[in-house]
Amino acid sequence: MAKGRRIVAPGEQLPPDTTGPEEYLVDHGEWKSPATLGIVDERDGKHVFIPLQGVYVPRKGDIVIGLITGQGIVNWFVDINSPYQAILTVQDFLGRPFNPMTDDMSKLLRIGDYVKAQVQAFDRTRNPTLTVQGEGLGRIVEGKIVEVLPSRIPRIIGKKHSMINMISEETGCEIYAAVNGRIHLKCPNEDSETIAILAIKKIERETHTVGLTERVKRLIQEEKKVRGV
Amino acid sequence: MARKDGVTLFREDGTRLDGRRPDEMRPIRMEVGVLENADGSAMVEFGRTKVLAAVYGPREPVQKYIAIPDKAVLRVRYHMAPFSTSERKSPAPSRREVELSKVIREALEPVVLTDQFPRTAIDVFIEVLQADGGTRTTGLTAASLALADAGIPMRALVGGVAVGKIQDKLVLDIDEFEDNYAEADMPVGAAPDIGLVTLFQINGVMTREEVMKGLDMALEAINKIVEMEKEVLKSKYVKAEV
Repeated sequence: MAKGRRIVAPGEQLPPDTTGPEEYLVDHGEWKSPATLGIVDERDGKHVFIPLQGVYVPRKGDIVIGLITGQGIVNWFVDINSPYQAILTVQDFLGRPFNPMTDDMSKLLRIGDYVKAQVQAFDRTRNPTLTVQGEGLGRIVEGKIVEVLPSRIPRIIGKKHSMINMISEETGCEIYAAVNGRIHLKCPNEDSETIAILAIKKIERETHTVGLTERVKRLIQEEKKVRGV
Repeated sequence: MARKDGVTLFREDGTRLDGRRPDEMRPIRMEVGVLENADGSAMVEFGRTKVLAAVYGPREPVQKYIAIPDKAVLRVRYHMAPFSTSERKSPAPSRREVELSKVIREALEPVVLTDQFPRTAIDVFIEVLQADGGTRTTGLTAASLALADAGIPMRALVGGVAVGKIQDKLVLDIDEFEDNYAEADMPVGAAPDIGLVTLFQINGVMTREEVMKGLDMALEAINKIVEMEKEVLKSKYVKAEV
């Protein structure tokens, strides 16, 4: 572990000036404590807490990848890898009013389909609603979905998209990492797909270590040699 | 000094029958992430007592009516496996298990930040695999570890240990045999980081002084247990370090 970085467990004392996601920092007045296992990064006298665990809680505006798990009369139930099940209405999916006489819902989306959607509204009192009205949103028709812990997504994307761009360039895959811990891969061939997944899983496992971008790059290059990509 | 019935629970050198000093705990072993399917899990051993805990959630409760509008509902099930005792225990939940489930739930509720996940349920399953005294406190320790392993936000970690009174002497972490002949048994659960006692029971007769001394013994031991919990949680990541 690099200098100034240490792993902390719930209940440990952190300085009161520690910053980080509010829901994972408990304020005790004179000190703060992490609510989950995480890393404290000390730089220039400032303490930043990065949680290593946590579940995905939807926020308005988030782009998520959802799995259709059920169908209602005018809506679908979508699993967005969160404690709250999301709802996607047929009206929103079609972009026009829904007429059950002429429109067949089961022809639009089936159970097991993945959709890329945006969280339209969520306030914890009601389940989140999704919208697919937007650029690049809608049913996912090709590629593969990889699931990782939602807390690993910032590391997989990297600073200014450095990590995700590197994997993309090295493997030739088109990668979209959604905040809810699902990653969509569109790869030119199966080998590149496998390599990209290996790289993503390595980041998930070793998220708290330093010099990870370099090691992931080395892993991809070695795998490419072995597989002859 | 022997009891009236001739049973003696101390050796001549003052140590207990298993060789421990009165203020000595049994060897403790902890492990997290033992179950693949659960969101968080832990196995804790206090000597021969062996407890497995699994945590699922926060998730949408199957029975919607149990959901609370402004916080998550914590459900705890303490259960002893039929093979955990020397004589087969009926797998049906007994009066004692229902009570312990409640007591452990109440020992965890003050530290789990349930208000972050309204209308959801967090399920904690505690399964006693081998019982040799102190199963509720071992179960509480395992549940706290499993909750932390599941990434559920917590104010602090909880640990538990029981203090017993045998032949007018206070002893730490009593086992089954000592419990059977003890005058009193006092299980304690606490979150030392925030100075909170979350579980406190007494079964038997103890004087005020004995209670205070016993509590001090227990809290000192819980401090060590919670520190151990932290180390175990961190070791999962330290091992993966390159």
